[in-house]
Amino acid sequence: MKLIFEKSRAGRRAGRVPDYGLAKPELPHELRRAHPPRLPEVAESEIVRHVTALADRTFGIDTGFYPLGSCTMKHNPRINERLGRLAGFRDLHPHQDDDGAQGALELMWRLQGILAEVAGLPAVTLQPAAGSQGELTGLMLMRAYFADRDEERDTIITADTAHGTNPASVTMAGYKLEKVETDGRGNLDLDDLRGKVNERTAGLMLTNPSTLGLFDEGIEDVARIFHDAGALLYYDGANLNAVVGISRPGDMGFDIVHYNLHKTFSQPHGGGGPGGGPVAVRETIEPYLPAPVVARDGDVFRLDHDRPKSIGRVRGFAGPFGVFVRSYAYMRAYGPDLKEMSEVAVLNANYLLARLRDAYDLPYDRHCMHEFVLSARNLKREHGITALDVAKRLMDYGIHPPTVYFPLVVPEALMIEPTETEPKERLDDFVDAMQAIAREATESPELLKEAPHGRPVRRLDEVRAAKQPILRYHFDEHPALVG
Amino acid sequence: MGYLSLTDADRAEMLAAIGISSIDELFEQIPPGVRFDRELDVPPGLPELELARHLTELAERNAHSGVELSFLGAGIYDHYVPAVVDVLLSRGEFLTAYTPYQPEMSQGVLQAIFEYQTVICELTGLDVSNASGYDGCTVAADACFVAKHASDRSKVVLAETLNPQVRQVVKTYARGFGLEVVEIPHRGGTIDPDEVAAAASDSAAVIFQQPNFFGCLEPAPDLAAATGEAGAHAIAHVDLMSLGVLEAPGEYGCAMAIGEGQSVGCPPLYGGPHYGFFAARQEFVRRMPGRIVGETVDLDGERAFVLTLQTREQHIRREKATSNITTNQTLLALAGLVTLTWLGPQGLREVGETCVALAEYAKERIDLPLAFERPTFDEVAFRLPRPARDVIRDARARGVHPGYALGRDYSGLDDVLLVALTEKRTPDDVDRLAAVLAEVC
Repeated sequence: MKLIFEKSRAGRRAGRVPDYGLAKPELPHELRRAHPPRLPEVAESEIVRHVTALADRTFGIDTGFYPLGSCTMKHNPRINERLGRLAGFRDLHPHQDDDGAQGALELMWRLQGILAEVAGLPAVTLQPAAGSQGELTGLMLMRAYFADRDEERDTIITADTAHGTNPASVTMAGYKLEKVETDGRGNLDLDDLRGKVNERTAGLMLTNPSTLGLFDEGIEDVARIFHDAGALLYYDGANLNAVVGISRPGDMGFDIVHYNLHKTFSQPHGGGGPGGGPVAVRETIEPYLPAPVVARDGDVFRLDHDRPKSIGRVRGFAGPFGVFVRSYAYMRAYGPDLKEMSEVAVLNANYLLARLRDAYDLPYDRHCMHEFVLSARNLKREHGITALDVAKRLMDYGIHPPTVYFPLVVPEALMIEPTETEPKERLDDFVDAMQAIAREATESPELLKEAPHGRPVRRLDEVRAAKQPILRYHFDEHPALVG
Repeated sequence: MGYLSLTDADRAEMLAAIGISSIDELFEQIPPGVRFDRELDVPPGLPELELARHLTELAERNAHSGVELSFLGAGIYDHYVPAVVDVLLSRGEFLTAYTPYQPEMSQGVLQAIFEYQTVICELTGLDVSNASGYDGCTVAADACFVAKHASDRSKVVLAETLNPQVRQVVKTYARGFGLEVVEIPHRGGTIDPDEVAAAASDSAAVIFQQPNFFGCLEPAPDLAAATGEAGAHAIAHVDLMSLGVLEAPGEYGCAMAIGEGQSVGCPPLYGGPHYGFFAARQEFVRRMPGRIVGETVDLDGERAFVLTLQTREQHIRREKATSNITTNQTLLALAGLVTLTWLGPQGLREVGETCVALAEYAKERIDLPLAFERPTFDEVAFRLPRPARDVIRDARARGVHPGYALGRDYSGLDDVLLVALTEKRTPDDVDRLAAVLAEVC
């Protein structure tokens, strides 16, 4: 398929700008653009066709089953899209005075309230733009908390199963990283942990259930170890979809929690964003939250900028408001039945696990929560088939592959998260496909090695992409890549 | 209530397949002490119609630009978003896809990001662009991180005329990065190249904004030259919508260009989600944060696109990554791509010219002194005879939001009003603003 630039013809155009008949003032010569940017010159009909063709070459939840582990690819209700485009939200300027934004502020206030109840923690900031920024915010809150107490703590502990964002956030926040191992049941190894937590420890970052899809059975001991050492616990909410209304991070002993509104609360992922990463905290950490926060005085809502102990601002304005509209609408559609949302997410995952455990290796033999990790190491050992081959072959069955090669503690990992919105028939289709692929690995492994078939492209030369990077179109000088 | 799909019969079959008799058994792995044993105390669930009614009621209590004639800008600009953007936003494949980890399933979104990267490079005059950052604030922090590691200097210089929220975010991130942040003051609305040169001599980078937060055009080529001669990296924070008429930062020597992409393709939406853009010279590419899409070939030698240079990223490099970013702002960045394609080079120039012309028209029609004697793009600062906050209140009572009170961020500028003029405002609108300001000043 051609790039939009390759469809461009000099002098063609789509949009026209009003001419108000005003004089055309000259900008100072040294500031004026000398050469026009080579933007595409195409008619609107071709823009529409181009975008449509690109959409046809993209697979979303709307296309089919998308069991990408730790990403919570649930249905995105369409009413939320309509509500996000109401003029009263869409055309509201973020510098509008508070008295002209009461509806928006009330929505944020109500969203904070539901998030606080779900986490079991009293105070919420909506500002962070995504989960990873929520993590960074959480670590900055720890720094501010300890600085205020004149305590010097420089180390954050993460699990060896942690998402890559955890260690990356630790570095960005200026902390040292210490890793703790997972035991044979998939829980944090308490002996390893006791040896590593001390007066230099600022806190723990943990996903619970873990990226293995397992609830940490020793979480009460874990919390005690950290709190006894004066350290804090941070909850990575990437897997919150497993426990809404079932177990609350605050009750587990976590002091700081981030949510992924684009996972648990159905903000569409958009091919890689936007997201939302609010953070909830205990009372003791509330003074350090980013400014501004949404405050309420009687029936009047306002943005409170006067927060002397705040870590500062982590993003523009009060957060990604359009995401709040969608997630708030999603929560209000469920009400207290949010618990059932998580129950069904866990039921769906366990059903898949029960039906696939004989065809693939199961490294941790327990009931799972909302996701589980299989290993293709049996197929690799016996037939030379890797997790990647299984993933690519799933595409031939019209299914998006699960997360592969993560978590790192499981070789040939296939991390599967069906979510609660899938009907049983879709789950059965997936089981059929996975079982068929396991059989194909024995009978006709070349089908897997050469997969996918019939996609717009076959497997890519990713090494070449990294070694000879072509990161933009170069027009007349664009290199011709021939395989 | 909600969006579940299982029937009672499905549930029974599934429980049997698992070998349990109730869902509760699945939760026995949760220690009893941390199980939540009551109903969530949240408002009741609503059917779609009632949900729509509730949120519509909230939306109607906001004074949006369809209710008040608004001249607010100060970082978020109410430019026209063409209808063709809806083609993109309404296609579920884009809306509901994850980050394109599996390229065979994602060629469309990958190609679109590649095209986005290309238009950002074209507009900024730089070599490489990432797939987007969160917003115009966080990309500034990202740029400081890159500059620090590329220069081994740990100080960054921010122009006082750089958006205050951008400066606040840089300062928040700076502690973790081990960065010292200094600011240089404005002199009559813009910053002085000699002061930039002095501050840059031991700094990793200087960030200035063009057009700046006061609406003034900085002597950007002189600022970039002063920065470069002092051995620091010049970083321009720019408005994409201005780059049809204003020179590209890469052309006057900037190492990086960053900014808030909202003005191109996104409505104000009470502050987001929008997209931050980040472009740089080739030499910085392996330190750049965020996703980057590259071109390669598939097994048949056909052109294909893929997320590349991933050894920079958190899921590979973990604590040694250049950033922790995963989710970015892809859908909004693609709205920007579609808008720029719709405008084309001619349309982008015309929008810029119209903004400049409206700003000049506003200077003519509004009978107030200018706060700064500097050339402008689409925003003009006026000096008022009384506090801007009071003027705004009184103008709003007449149905016009006249702009932003600079005193919110700058001491000594309580009487300065910043008025934004986009192509969505007409000369008649400006006349009405002038009349209202004449009444309330």
